Amino acid sequence: MTHKLRQLVLCLLGIAAVLVMTSCSPKASEGTEIVVGVYGSLTGTDATFGTSSRNGVEMAMDEVNKAGGVLGKQIHVIVEDDQSKPEEAQTVATKLISKDHVVALLGEVASSRSLFAAPVAQQNGIPMISPASTNVKVTQVGDYIFRVCFIDPFQGLVMAKFATKTLKLKNVAILRDIKNDYSVGLADVFIENFKKMGGNIVADKSYSAGDIDFSAQLTSIKSSNPQAIFVPGYYTEVGLIARQTKKLGINATLMGGDGWDSPSLIGIGGEALNGSYFSNHYSVQDPSPAIQKFVGDYKARFNEIPDGNAALSYDAAHILVESMRKANTTDAAKLRDAIAQTTDYPGVTGKITIDKDRNSVKPAVVLQVKDGKLSYVETITP
Amino acid sequence: MNTFLQQVINGISQGSAYALIALGYTMVYGVLRLINFAHSDVYMFGAFMGYYLANNRWVQSRLGTSPASAIVIMLGAMILSAGLGILIERFAYRPNRSASPFTLAFWFGILGAAAGQLIGQSFATLVAGAGIGILIGVVIEKAGLRPVKQDSRLGLLIIAIGVSLFLENGGQQVFGADPKFFPEIIPTTLMNFGSLKVDSQKLIVLGVAVVLMVLLNLLVHYTKTGKAMRAVSHNLDAAKLMGINTDRIIAVTFAVGSALAGAGGILVALLYPRIDPLMGVTPGLKAFVAAVLGGIGNITGAMIGGLILGLAEVMAVGYGESTYRDAIAFIILVLILLLKPDGIMGKGSTEKV
Repeated sequence: MTHKLRQLVLCLLGIAAVLVMTSCSPKASEGTEIVVGVYGSLTGTDATFGTSSRNGVEMAMDEVNKAGGVLGKQIHVIVEDDQSKPEEAQTVATKLISKDHVVALLGEVASSRSLFAAPVAQQNGIPMISPASTNVKVTQVGDYIFRVCFIDPFQGLVMAKFATKTLKLKNVAILRDIKNDYSVGLADVFIENFKKMGGNIVADKSYSAGDIDFSAQLTSIKSSNPQAIFVPGYYTEVGLIARQTKKLGINATLMGGDGWDSPSLIGIGGEALNGSYFSNHYSVQDPSPAIQKFVGDYKARFNEIPDGNAALSYDAAHILVESMRKANTTDAAKLRDAIAQTTDYPGVTGKITIDKDRNSVKPAVVLQVKDGKLSYVETITP
Repeated sequence: MNTFLQQVINGISQGSAYALIALGYTMVYGVLRLINFAHSDVYMFGAFMGYYLANNRWVQSRLGTSPASAIVIMLGAMILSAGLGILIERFAYRPNRSASPFTLAFWFGILGAAAGQLIGQSFATLVAGAGIGILIGVVIEKAGLRPVKQDSRLGLLIIAIGVSLFLENGGQQVFGADPKFFPEIIPTTLMNFGSLKVDSQKLIVLGVAVVLMVLLNLLVHYTKTGKAMRAVSHNLDAAKLMGINTDRIIAVTFAVGSALAGAGGILVALLYPRIDPLMGVTPGLKAFVAAVLGGIGNITGAMIGGLILGLAEVMAVGYGESTYRDAIAFIILVLILLLKPDGIMGKGSTEKV
């Protein structure tokens, strides 16, 4: 009996396997199209990062395709979801390179995940442009890895400057995400600069991404009476932390970095976020016509105000196309050289020049959460 | 001192969440000697049902944010969770006790539906897949091939893990993998006790948790069904011989345990409004530790175990490093297994051979 059953099960498994395999037929379109890979967190904790990133790239590539494409070909974007998991980022980057044969990779927003995927791109000699990973280590992976945003040493300096010069703060507490390269790095840089400018760090506590209860950390921070709490985390946890601060009767101002930037931030944090500050890549309130056109187009298409990640991904995509044009080929080595030579590209997020470390040097803006909206406070230049 | 008292409050609020989940583990274990790993996923299911009920147009327009709507949401989610518990018991666990013709058809149906969805990515292929699956299940059953060996403890445990994985991944497919945010169905106000701050939601959550635990104790000790549960727990076969419908009693146990888990899901979602399909995994393991700590099978023990665990965690994070948060639960588990394997309230018992 059991023998019969085993045979039957094996048969069924075999049939299922054949069905699954034949159902995904390979795409044979390499001749007429240039394939570009995008990977990001379309689902999971940081779902808006990936969604914004995909939207930005698709909008840019549609503009290019409508205007006749590049090198006489249309651009075909393949998007992969890494579910907000670093290991998954590595898997999908490998898949995009080895199976889909992309000429370049655009992604990730989160530094932890870029750090997992970048070695794959480097080993295969495929250029990768990260739109918004600000951790220094990302572009140090190798000479095929670029970014179009500023880096954390600058962002930390900006917030330290803002805290001492503009807000005139003396005592600040830190609450960092210990499992996140970006958060740990940014907290360190902030502390270093803030101390140099004469401030005190009264408490330094941590949490782990995915936590839902922060009351123990916040209670112990409260006992050290800070004027502000610097939370360099991602929007999901930041929103929950803001709510719990209010529930514990803490009145300190919250501050953070570009990881806060998400259309979901205010939905999660609600009123508790009112009066908080964070540094970002651009402000939708900037009256410049280029920005207003981008914001208008994006809203019309996705019915949402574009966050910094959408704008940076849009810029990254355009820089990639621009470089293909300059190199006059999609050959990886030549494309890499062309991207490295990008100078003064007029992007939505400011003039982008790639420096010798493959980073871009750009000003940062400080935004404040005010009555459920993000309002521009000031620009701090390098 | 103030900070310490505030931490105690934080710990109790965290602990009451663990206690609520631990109750379900302990109940099912008490009756069936089975660790129902799917329990933590019923907790997740409860939170999601609460979320959908709270966002339901009818509930919103008729009740708005009133205490009545909170009660409707809570009861609704508890009933739905109880239903899921009964389904799990009926289709996953009962076949292990007595073979049933529906079971194989049911599971093959689900497998077929999943395969259909994978292959065709459309509803039609899903339905076709389910149909083919059910047919295969019936054929195998008719041919007299019953894969699940009857009455094996290990088999049950593995099925429990399977059901748990199925619910977690099915949840990601049905509810979506990205986190949702639970609405504030009970408005919150900050209350001052001297310089201590307690938010009203914490008190409500604690209050509801205590009421549920008291009701459960009453059910188990002072009703006929409770008496039957205890009889089944004592000796399943003897209970059957005494004319107790053991299948029904086991189903009721699952229903009550799952309803408690559903309530726990909503109460925790009120305090910590982020919900996602994997939200039950860690709290589930912690609640399991709490149940073992209190003495598995013992209802009061589960409550005490949950509170101790919550306090220990909050103290570890508040006065130490947040990275020890999860470690502390498992250190406690190892210690309790070494020092007093029956748990705090557990009666020492020897396994009859």
